[in-house]
Amino acid sequence: MIQFILRRLSLVIPTFIGITLLTFTLIRLIPGDPIEVMAGERGVSAARHAELSAQLGFDQPLYLQYFRYVSGVLQGDLGNSLVTKEPVMREFLTLFPATIELALCAAIFAILVGLPAGIIAAVKRGTLFDHSVMTFSLTGYSMPIFWWALLLMLIFSVNLGWTPVSGRIDVVYWIDDVTGFMLIDAFLSGEEGAFGSAVAHLILPSIVLGTIPMAVIARMTRSSMLEVLSEDYIRTARAKGIAPWRVIIIHALRNALIPVITVIGLQVGILLSGAILTETVFAWPGIGKWLIESISRRDYPVVQGGILIVATIIIVVNLLVDITYGIVNPRIRHSR
Amino acid sequence: MTTQTLSAPTPRTPLQEFWYYFSSNKGAVAGLGFIVVIGFMAIFADVIAPHSPSDQARDALLLPPAWMEGGNWAYLLGTDDVGRDILSRLIHGARLSLAVGMVAVTASLAMGILLGLVAGYFKGMIDTIIMRIVDIMLAMPSLLLAIAIVAVLGPSIVNAALAISIVSLPHYVRLTRAATMAEMSRDYVTSSRVIGAGPLRLMFICILPNCLAPLIVQATLGFSSAILDMAALGFLGLGAQPPTPEWGSMLADALQFVQRAWWVVTFPGLMILLTVLAFNLMGDGLRDALDPKLKQ
Repeated sequence: MIQFILRRLSLVIPTFIGITLLTFTLIRLIPGDPIEVMAGERGVSAARHAELSAQLGFDQPLYLQYFRYVSGVLQGDLGNSLVTKEPVMREFLTLFPATIELALCAAIFAILVGLPAGIIAAVKRGTLFDHSVMTFSLTGYSMPIFWWALLLMLIFSVNLGWTPVSGRIDVVYWIDDVTGFMLIDAFLSGEEGAFGSAVAHLILPSIVLGTIPMAVIARMTRSSMLEVLSEDYIRTARAKGIAPWRVIIIHALRNALIPVITVIGLQVGILLSGAILTETVFAWPGIGKWLIESISRRDYPVVQGGILIVATIIIVVNLLVDITYGIVNPRIRHSR
Repeated sequence: MTTQTLSAPTPRTPLQEFWYYFSSNKGAVAGLGFIVVIGFMAIFADVIAPHSPSDQARDALLLPPAWMEGGNWAYLLGTDDVGRDILSRLIHGARLSLAVGMVAVTASLAMGILLGLVAGYFKGMIDTIIMRIVDIMLAMPSLLLAIAIVAVLGPSIVNAALAISIVSLPHYVRLTRAATMAEMSRDYVTSSRVIGAGPLRLMFICILPNCLAPLIVQATLGFSSAILDMAALGFLGLGAQPPTPEWGSMLADALQFVQRAWWVVTFPGLMILLTVLAFNLMGDGLRDALDPKLKQ
């Protein structure tokens, strides 16, 4: 097992180096002089230019710049935002809980709906329910989620008035930032109605962000379940007279879940990139909105740092998924 | 006595056989039908569209669709905030979306095939380097990578297409490499090599035609993700710039109309959804029809 983990880890290091190379190169690919681009239309004086150039290390040879960058990154130093002058890392850490909260709720929604839908579709193969699940999941899979967000907002916020349009909590509440997770903070604050307001604000964004993962999970669960249900041991279990639901839940589901776990893990990338769109529509103050705003403000250190952190999170999660996969499925662990 | 001539049933040509399997999938045929319609719209956009996509009718701002109260049959799906006909913009948008899909898929297919063939054929060091880069690209979600590329190159439709073709590259490289490696050990490749075929002939004339099936399927699915990513970039203001009639960028400022003009919000997104869905349906059908393992 340890050998398996080490082997996976050895694959992660070159990938991480590659991503630092990518984000490092990216900022140097900006057409024109990076400092003038960063300064924008105001322009900079020659003296200020030289000063900035030295400060950002642009006057050194490329390989030195890269080493400086990587050693900074490894110490958690991603530079400072050009706009707020705050360290990129600190800005990220204050905004990240909002994105995690949203992504977690979206994942819970996707699993709670996708998994049962996939299981029932497989068990009732060929029925109307199966066909509807497959149609819905293919539609969900093809969904432009930014439009889905607008559509749901149109129906549930504007026409029905059931949910708020945007933000994390109603403006009448002032919630102290304890954990950064609005649900927990609102709950802890003890203010009447604050928790309910936080929940109401989360519903639509979670559904929107969870739609594609839900579709993927439902499809994967169905096909994996179908495969397992046709195996001999299931027939044996049925022949022994075990209750049908027990065969499905206890015998089949356990094995069918193995590929589904992997697919759920792989949704982290989809959730984080989908968060960019979802947060933009719902004015959700997380890292997705932060990244897009920093692009339009040409705040390159933030763009560079933000992309690096997100990519790193995804690599780490994929590694964890791989290891979990190795734990639940010994065959993977021992193959090459 | 009558003589009866018995003839062996003529074997189906590959094309007939393909159609036989493909047409048994209703969803795939529906997808194909929709794509043909959209393609027709795209090609003849200038003739079909009732108005120019950039004409601003000052007397008809935010007009609802024709069947609604206050609608005008001259503007079937209504008008936007500066009085442009939404239907005409959607029709012209089809041209743009399909063109971007085409360019992005062709570019990444060409580059992917080349890199995949080289990696699979030569193996060793080249293979390792190419595959490592591919792994790095796969570690990033495609939309994030596309955003990063556009953030640097500057927002425009050309840069967005370039970004999309770069981010979809890894899939083609992996597929081609895997197929090439499988074909390399076949007898026909060995015999061509013995006859004296050079690496170029072996790669492009012997091996490549036999690797095409999975690539065709992936290219179809690639179309759908290209259109989806393009629309997302347009929505974020990183793709086509206004006043270009691109489906995603038509939605970019729709947020302010959610309250009073649902048609501005609804129709462009519906077009994106239906087109992406059509390509996905067709891709699924193609996979079933082209995969010999599923034919039995």
